[in-house]
Amino acid sequence: MSETLLAFYVFVLACFIGYYVIWGVTPSLHTPLVALTNAISGIVIVGALLVTGLESAGTTAELMGFLAVLLASINVFGGFLVTHRMLSMFKKKAK
Amino acid sequence: MELSVNHQALAYLASAILFIFALKGLTHPATARRGNMYGMLGMAIAIGATLMGAEVQSYGFIIAGVLAGAVIGGILAARIQMTAMPQLVAALHSFVGMAAVLVAIGTFLNKAAANALNPVLMGELSAGVIIGAITFTGSVIAFGKLQGLISGQPVKFAGQHALNAAIALATLALGVHFAMTGSGWSLALMTLLAFTLGVTLIIPIGGADMPVIISMLNSYSGWAAAATGFTLQNNLLIIVGALVGFSGAILSFIMCKAMNRSIFNVVFGGFGSGDAGGGDSAGAQAAAKGVKSASVEDAVYWMEDANKVIIVPGYGMAVSQAQHSVKELMELLNARGVEVKFAIHPVAGRMPGHMNVLLAEADIPYDAVQEMDEINPEFATADVCLVVGANDVVNPAAKTDKSSPIYGMPILEAGRARQVYFLKRSMRPGYSGVDNLLFYQDNTSLVFGDAKDTIEGMCTALKGGGH
Repeated sequence: MSETLLAFYVFVLACFIGYYVIWGVTPSLHTPLVALTNAISGIVIVGALLVTGLESAGTTAELMGFLAVLLASINVFGGFLVTHRMLSMFKKKAK
Repeated sequence: MELSVNHQALAYLASAILFIFALKGLTHPATARRGNMYGMLGMAIAIGATLMGAEVQSYGFIIAGVLAGAVIGGILAARIQMTAMPQLVAALHSFVGMAAVLVAIGTFLNKAAANALNPVLMGELSAGVIIGAITFTGSVIAFGKLQGLISGQPVKFAGQHALNAAIALATLALGVHFAMTGSGWSLALMTLLAFTLGVTLIIPIGGADMPVIISMLNSYSGWAAAATGFTLQNNLLIIVGALVGFSGAILSFIMCKAMNRSIFNVVFGGFGSGDAGGGDSAGAQAAAKGVKSASVEDAVYWMEDANKVIIVPGYGMAVSQAQHSVKELMELLNARGVEVKFAIHPVAGRMPGHMNVLLAEADIPYDAVQEMDEINPEFATADVCLVVGANDVVNPAAKTDKSSPIYGMPILEAGRARQVYFLKRSMRPGYSGVDNLLFYQDNTSLVFGDAKDTIEGMCTALKGGGH
């Protein structure tokens, strides 16, 4: 099996996990869900690190990588922190 | 210390599992915060494992980028108003899209310098660039519409769909050409066209459809991450991309269902553009009957002796910042032994679940807030229903008037309550441009005025009045 095909296997199986996990999310938390998925899609930062950190990377690639790191990092920090802020507001009735 | 490839792969696996648990945590508000922590931990592991791998050798730009991003992201997260969440989310989606484009092009430059290009890789690069670019400009347009920088009205012109199809085909053709030849010109032109496509796809979609658009772009940002994963042969990116992609897709589906429209209808047909029925429609007939208006005191008179009051909040409540007054009203009524519940329609607000967050911000406990299917049977047993800034989502025309553009949309059955008080600024129709038949029902009265002022007036009356 080629590497690409293996990657495709992983992709398809992950889609199934996504399908079942997301249907379980309560509608009242759909905004935090969007914010959290936003934060974790900041995972493109891994790609940005690989582009930027390559020793042989040319200046153009390095600059592009730097911009990508910056943008993805805003996503990661902004996304997780704002999700935390929102979730802290959800309280049960004080009895 | 340098991490071997296998150890790095194991760390990525741990990170992927943590992300799944993070999403799983959102099953209930009580576990959600822990879920978010899992997400942060997963991200920390992913970043740490990447930095410690053999491939990353220079750190200067990386440290600068991460730190600057942390400061900007932290400030944004701390300062953003909850009413402006949709804008923040749109902005963040655009960043993921742009990052994916930059990573793909950066990878191309690095691989070209190392003479390691092949058609499969370049095909995957094309996918990353195209999806990322559409996500970027699409989200920028969505941000502009939400922020009011550009008109929220659908922008339509003749031949729009043909134009979009032509751009899409040309983009794909350039992608294939790039994959086969590695031509930098094809790559550049393809990127440019994909950016254009993001604009032309989102510009015709109206403000009322924002919950769908936010969800759709959320989905795109996931697919962009997955495409980047294919390019870099990185399973973590592929898994996370699939999770996020599906999350957005499911949300889009839920939103469309809540408006009884197909995703194609949202993407390809602007809302409210159709003819809203002839002069003989039920709406027009009812309009001739006129509407009753009531004073704040009338509404309070009914509410203070009620057993159950259901409040239907809409985006109008957020616009007039009435949620804190609503909380006070709830407390005053609770103190008199009146049960108060909130009924939320799936598309209330500007993004999925937006009303829930706004109510939570006002310290309204989440167990008093119920979703449409849960609360609908309860309207019949409610003494008073108070509609605050909602409109289309309580319009009975969706059930009774076949000529109505919103016919078939599931609604909150507010009209079944004994008394309905509709807080309204004016007689202006809702987003769909459809007249609301609920106004003309015998048990409905309209209370005119700013929502916040009206609710504050109710609170004062409840505090002062000792009937």
